[in-house]
Amino acid sequence: MDVAVIAKEIKRDDLLQMYHYLRLTRALEDRITALYRQGRIVGGVYTSHGMEAIAVGYASALERDDIIAPFHRDMGAFLIRGFTTGEILAQYLGKRTGPSKGKDGNVHMGDLRRGVFGFVSHLADNLPVAAGAALAFKIRGESRVVFAGTGDGGTSRGDFHEAMNLAAVRKLPVVFFCNNNQYAYSTPLRLQMAISNVVDRANAYGMSGEIVDGNDVAAVYLAANRAIARARAGEGPTFLEFKTMRMHGHSEHDPAKYVPRELLEEWKKRDPILKAEQLLTHLGYGEEGYFQDVSERVKKEVEVGVEFAEQSPLPEGPEVLEGVFAIRADSH
Amino acid sequence: MATMAQATEEVSYLEAISQALDEEMARDERVFLMGEDIGTYGGAFKITEGFLQKYGEWRVLDTPLAESGFVGAAIGAAMMGLRPVVEMQFADFISCAFDQITEVAAKNHYRWGAAVPMVIRAPFGGGVHGGPFHSECPEGWFFHSPGLKLVAPSTPYDAKGLLKAAIRDPNPVIYFEHKFLYRRIKSVLPKEDFVVPLGKADVKRVGNDVSVITYGAMVHLALEAAQTLANEGIDLEVVDLRTLVPFDKEAIYSSVHKTSKAIILHEDNKTGGIGAEIAALLAEDCFGCLDGPIVRIAPPDTPVPFSTPLEEFFLPKTNDIISAARKLAAY
Repeated sequence: MDVAVIAKEIKRDDLLQMYHYLRLTRALEDRITALYRQGRIVGGVYTSHGMEAIAVGYASALERDDIIAPFHRDMGAFLIRGFTTGEILAQYLGKRTGPSKGKDGNVHMGDLRRGVFGFVSHLADNLPVAAGAALAFKIRGESRVVFAGTGDGGTSRGDFHEAMNLAAVRKLPVVFFCNNNQYAYSTPLRLQMAISNVVDRANAYGMSGEIVDGNDVAAVYLAANRAIARARAGEGPTFLEFKTMRMHGHSEHDPAKYVPRELLEEWKKRDPILKAEQLLTHLGYGEEGYFQDVSERVKKEVEVGVEFAEQSPLPEGPEVLEGVFAIRADSH
Repeated sequence: MATMAQATEEVSYLEAISQALDEEMARDERVFLMGEDIGTYGGAFKITEGFLQKYGEWRVLDTPLAESGFVGAAIGAAMMGLRPVVEMQFADFISCAFDQITEVAAKNHYRWGAAVPMVIRAPFGGGVHGGPFHSECPEGWFFHSPGLKLVAPSTPYDAKGLLKAAIRDPNPVIYFEHKFLYRRIKSVLPKEDFVVPLGKADVKRVGNDVSVITYGAMVHLALEAAQTLANEGIDLEVVDLRTLVPFDKEAIYSSVHKTSKAIILHEDNKTGGIGAEIAALLAEDCFGCLDGPIVRIAPPDTPVPFSTPLEEFFLPKTNDIISAARKLAAY
């Protein structure tokens, strides 16, 4: 990215805040991984390690009343929408104070009041749902937009295509993105699709698309901004392909031996936090010791969360019976 | 004169559905429709004829041929405060949207507290020479998925009242409307607004000797059988479930307590059907009051066949009910 363009297009404070969320995401997920390895978190742990710039970049570009239907490696989006480290850790520990009250685990959190849809494991399931939220905005003439993502593997599913088509036909204010991290669990891109760039799929639906460096938070932010502006202007949906690399296994139980070490070494040099620090240094933002200060601040924020989560009660068994049906439409 | 004529005018099952949609759309601007060919064409069965002209293209949306896509879209729109009613052109095609219905809509409120107030209309059932892809009764699939409500009206009154209740309910409701009944069943409906509450069965014929627990088009088959049996002194009680989830256990139990004999009748194939669950509940909770075996009448475990003699063999017949009731009455 051209540094002069970034200096012109992104406010200093916004960039510094994005850096903060990159660090907070990394610190929180590292802590979650440690808790998992200690056996204190059960179930799956899917991190955004090395891919933090995607969620931090796009969620920073959205307004508060826009909707996010996150991918499962978008921890930064939850943090930016005000999910506290305590709530998130409570969710991972299966506590009653987590957003799903123990009914679901890990990154499967959602909250309509904060404009975040709960993630569905069936990848791409939330894309038609996102299109429907955008349809509601279009029907009511609101200028809100929806940002919805899946992975490279998820773009093989019918729901991805049905959502893309539906949104394009009706020019809905939605931005679809793909976190292309090269692997769907163990399956490499070449066995997932016969094209090199997922963005080629956008053409088939008459939709604009863009390839974006997913490890560059400024690039993600600016691309998201362009797509959001198009959606708000009534120009319809956009597809963004964020190129990145999954640096950990699919889940933390997975050592990912199927990924060549050299590939990981190469991508390590493009770590999104490293890139952001290079950018900030180049721009002269942040004083001496700033990165270290942020690092300490986010660690504290994570530890406050751990304490809250650990002190929170577990749900009682019979709570399993609650909430199958809604009593009121706004009962959330 | 005009009002007099209106008040006695008979309304078909199909018109009752159409009226419910029209009145709910007029009453609540959040209600909108999505489906294949429902706009310009007015729907494969003409339920929404004239709706596009009346409500415009953003409340009556012709969608691409993508059931999963538009059911998913309905979920999203519902979460944003609208009240979508989507039409499956035939209930059979609901399988394309199975994942969105069972994984997203059904689990949404339970998982993270977001209600999904939406209705899926599904024209179902046989007797119309539709063959394996236009005759199915897929309610059993969804009966087993917690978080969904299912209704299946048998009369114009119930069709209208249940659809209104479904649209006003804060949960995903699948509304199974029987194609065979569309133009065959008519009645006079109240002029004023009314709903039939979800979860309440209706005794369509009061009787003392044998209970027939059923729903949908089979209600009419049971009523026919009851006429013949009445001449033999066998008094059938016909319990119309109307809502399949949550179904009215009390109504079933109270009928079986009275008659001590139960026939469960449905058009979905037998194994693992709704009848199996009702039979199990009767065995668990009403064993002491039964004076004969629980009898299930349902089609064999095959796809719904096309050719007339095959379909006639497949579907339950009045005689099946009559002979079962005779046997039970003799206990």
